[in-house]
Amino acid sequence: MIGADRIVITGVGLTSPNGNSLDEFRHNLLAGVSGVSSMETRFMGKVLAGICDFDEQRYQSRKDRRRGTRAGAISIFCANEAVRFAEIDPAGIDRTRVGTFIGITEHGTVETENEIDAIRQYDYDTRFWSHHHNPRTVANNPAGEVTVNMGLPGPHYTIGAACAAGNAGLIQGVQMLRLGEVDIAIAGGVSEAIHSFGIFASFASQDALAHNDDPAKACRPFDTGRNGIVVSEGGCLFVLERMDDAKKRGAPIIAEVVGYAMNSDANDPVLPDPQRIAECMTLAIERAGIEPGDVNIVSTHATATEIGDTQEAAAVRQVFGDFPNVYVNNTKSFIGHAMGAAGALELAGNLGSFRDGVVHATINVDDLDPRCEIRNLVMNESREIGKSDYILNSSFGMLGINSAVIVKRFER
Amino acid sequence: MGDLNVKNIILEIISIVAPDADLSNVKSDVRLRDQLEMDSMDFLDIVMELRKRYKIEVPKEDYPRLASLDSCVEYLSPKFAALSPV
Repeated sequence: MIGADRIVITGVGLTSPNGNSLDEFRHNLLAGVSGVSSMETRFMGKVLAGICDFDEQRYQSRKDRRRGTRAGAISIFCANEAVRFAEIDPAGIDRTRVGTFIGITEHGTVETENEIDAIRQYDYDTRFWSHHHNPRTVANNPAGEVTVNMGLPGPHYTIGAACAAGNAGLIQGVQMLRLGEVDIAIAGGVSEAIHSFGIFASFASQDALAHNDDPAKACRPFDTGRNGIVVSEGGCLFVLERMDDAKKRGAPIIAEVVGYAMNSDANDPVLPDPQRIAECMTLAIERAGIEPGDVNIVSTHATATEIGDTQEAAAVRQVFGDFPNVYVNNTKSFIGHAMGAAGALELAGNLGSFRDGVVHATINVDDLDPRCEIRNLVMNESREIGKSDYILNSSFGMLGINSAVIVKRFER
Repeated sequence: MGDLNVKNIILEIISIVAPDADLSNVKSDVRLRDQLEMDSMDFLDIVMELRKRYKIEVPKEDYPRLASLDSCVEYLSPKFAALSPV
């Protein structure tokens, strides 16, 4: 692959339930700090959730925030932070060549629930339905808010990809750079899911909503004591550039995106298919031009549901089972399931391994489900592996959408 | 309801619609758009707040009458007066 087609990550902006920057996030993952807490939600009372506490006003006026959405506010924060991280001088670039591609699990649910609740106070008189509802709920809203906030006339859209959306957003950015459609891509995923009671209620009706007296113990992938998903909000956007361009401007290159794949189970709306998951990871590995044994960290998607965890564990064993230098972890155990942001945040959380050679753990594994036994599953304590060269980040979602992204350590 | 009260009501609504705006020196006879960062969506917000808080309807053809504080007072005072108990 020639330099113009090689894509690198030069910036990361994020907000997660346990950190608002790459360094803070990494620090808390290595220190075992959970970001799960509890909150009141409409109709359901107290629920466990991953809540972000970034400064909405750092890059956005109060008026713009009032008009927009939480997903938009998260996106604006992450995009501005990512561009700052990448040391891009906004005055020195062709803004028409900047694209914004943001993965979302869903959008509009929060705003629609809010409007229905608002008109409920007026006996459902639709004259009280807000004129802001449509710009808030159009599917491109989070990405569009970024372009309005940052004055970016290049292309923008969201990528609806259920819980594979964080990876899907990043992949879209890579593709648009390779096509030559943009010179800089702001790409990743966001979620405002915790502000919708419907998402909690639906998981509860599916018997898939986590509960625990201690919020920090609630998200328990691979553990026999798991009882469901902790819904979280969050965001993570990367600045992506062609390697040649990044080198030319002396950008702080963090990693190279060397492989990716997406596929579909094509058989069930909810239940995952380990064969298709394995095929997705294998395709990403082939495209990266490496062997499974070259991967140092497999960042799993596991959400702490019995069927999801066991099926993914089977797929990981199928692809990586025989290789001694492949380590496996799970970031949701710290922050819950950040939905559209999950894939991007979980990749970001592992990037620090290129510098420190440490694999952060899967916390809350007190009693490993035997069906989830995976060679080198890093449990409860971070593990030093010396050197990390490749990370494979998996994200899967409803309607059988699978994704895998492989990033490589960048050596100057 | 006096002119001052109507002005204060409008300013209070603007403080919610445009929370970053400095309302300490708003000139009554100058178009709000010319002295504050306000657009058509903001004026729709003002119309909505009048509806929600006071059950006052402002038909579309009358939107221009909300242009300045003075024009708001002129246009809205009779509507507020109609709400007042006899």
